Amino acid sequence: MKVLVPVKRVIDYNVKVRVKADGSGVDLANVKMSMNPFDEIAVEEAIRLKEKGVATEVVAVSIGVKQAQETLRTALAMGADRAILIEAAEDVTQDIEPLAVAKLLKAVVEEEQPGLVIAGKQAIDNDMNATGQMLAALLGWPQATFASELKIEGDHAVVTREVDGGLQTVKVKLPAIVTADLRLNEPRYASLPNIMKAKKKPLEVKTPADYGVDVSPRLTVVSTSEPPARKAGVKVADVAELVSKLKNEAGVL
Amino acid sequence: MVDEETFAQLIDAVDRFVEERLIPAEPRVEAEDEIPPEIVSQMREMGLYGLTIPEEYGGLGLSMSQEVRLVERLCRASLAFRSLIGTNLGIGSQGILMDGTEEQKAHWLPRLASGEVTASFALTEPDYGSDAAHIRTSARRDGNDFVINGVKRYITNAPRAGVFTLMARTNPDDPGAGGVTAFLVPADAPGLELGPPDRKMGQRGAKTCDVRLTDVRVPQDAIIGGPRNEGKGFRTAMKVLDRGRIHISAVAVGTAQRMLDEALRYAMERVQFGKPIVEHQLVQALLADSQAELLAARAMVRETAALYDREGRAQLEASACKLFCTEMAGRVADRAVQVHGGAGYMAEYPVERLYRDVRLLRIYEGTSQIQQMLVARQMARRAAR
Repeated sequence: MKVLVPVKRVIDYNVKVRVKADGSGVDLANVKMSMNPFDEIAVEEAIRLKEKGVATEVVAVSIGVKQAQETLRTALAMGADRAILIEAAEDVTQDIEPLAVAKLLKAVVEEEQPGLVIAGKQAIDNDMNATGQMLAALLGWPQATFASELKIEGDHAVVTREVDGGLQTVKVKLPAIVTADLRLNEPRYASLPNIMKAKKKPLEVKTPADYGVDVSPRLTVVSTSEPPARKAGVKVADVAELVSKLKNEAGVL
Repeated sequence: MVDEETFAQLIDAVDRFVEERLIPAEPRVEAEDEIPPEIVSQMREMGLYGLTIPEEYGGLGLSMSQEVRLVERLCRASLAFRSLIGTNLGIGSQGILMDGTEEQKAHWLPRLASGEVTASFALTEPDYGSDAAHIRTSARRDGNDFVINGVKRYITNAPRAGVFTLMARTNPDDPGAGGVTAFLVPADAPGLELGPPDRKMGQRGAKTCDVRLTDVRVPQDAIIGGPRNEGKGFRTAMKVLDRGRIHISAVAVGTAQRMLDEALRYAMERVQFGKPIVEHQLVQALLADSQAELLAARAMVRETAALYDREGRAQLEASACKLFCTEMAGRVADRAVQVHGGAGYMAEYPVERLYRDVRLLRIYEGTSQIQQMLVARQMARRAAR
């Protein structure tokens, strides 16, 4: 079974994101970029399937700027077999919307015929949480989102999902779309020798035109703003004052 | 030499490993005086043991210029981690790489690159440290074998070593450099015993001890470079140490950067006289002097490494570099503690430990005074040409 893993190049999760002065978006100039952490978990899961002998090939796909090649190289260094880059954006400020990504992925799926697509549940840059679901709808495939456990049983995937207040286990028929949540696994580090070997693995470069998909935006960003700054707290003199404030001002007692 | 694009990814991978795994493990290493086994195996899996060993022997084959950049990043974490792999990167492996026979390279280098075997460098003795040309450990010829007797002192990674690059005197009639031969001695050779672990000022988790050799028998093929290299061991040792000096300089720059980062963070948080101490001019002087010297040292290491890559040697420059960079790290350590005030003397803050750790840099692989001597000698020699 072939497993397809879409990966996105996003602002590194350690970077403190700053909003541009004009509110048109976040400042991406000279900011460290890395693979979306949920996508790393997806890559790890695919590689584990291959190591268990369940998957035969792991193909990583990225859609974005030319530099997303580095993200794909990371996936290859972790253990993916080959990679496809769809160069769909000229510069990093141009975000490719989930629907366009899903349409491109649909075209890739039709070409590659994977038995399973494992995606991150969302990208940490704009937190859309939509691509996996849209791809499932476009393909007419079953989906199992927010996976914290994945088992392949015959021609079905048994997926434990993290839902509010508990876990839900679903069984979906393959081929299917699974989106990875935080606790699915702990991704491995790409080792230095594997980073070296990754440069010799195949990486195919395509454009949206190759798949006949229009990636022009349908959404308009109206404004972007920083979260409100936290106000300073107050000091209370004693327990009595604390209880009184909690009761009368905060209204929590 | 790795292409720049791939090298950037290697640096990223090391940065992440340092931040997510090594730095968080530091308090545990300090408390237990041991690197946790899972960290050791992660460092092995990361391929860190093989940074300097050529690709054909299973390493990464970094150039000296790349090695110093990567080691600098690695040494933002406790120097104990560097010590674990340090002998495989440098003094333990380079003798084999520089002067070894093809058989010796093929046998040892892949094992050293993967971290399966740790190599150690045994030169120093109880009575001969800086005066290394006069070591007394003897290797007496017996047919096609040599029988080695003597004591080696403060041998880094000896408790972990699978093989020693060991210097011994094969010619008792030549008490100087010409009577010394470099051997590869397996750690399990009968008659080779380890002393108890040394109790050190700092670098807890790094391991050193005595190595005692009593009638240790090795074949003449154990001479690095084979029997024809009998009597050439001191030259091998000096070449290895020259290169090692550039490496140690990068270690000094990396750890100095860490200490300065710690000092700056503290200075921005700590409030005295109604404002963060980073706004007080005398504290600013401590930080600025450290920053200036650190930038100078980093530039010097990179320049020296580039020279080494171009010419295959950089004796004067490597000594000058080790002298300046390690002394710089000592000054930065002192200032970083000073910026912390009383907190800098307390074990809760990393600078207390880093201060003790860096003290060794000015001593091992040639003291600052030996480097001064070597630099001046080289200057005179060049001028006399």
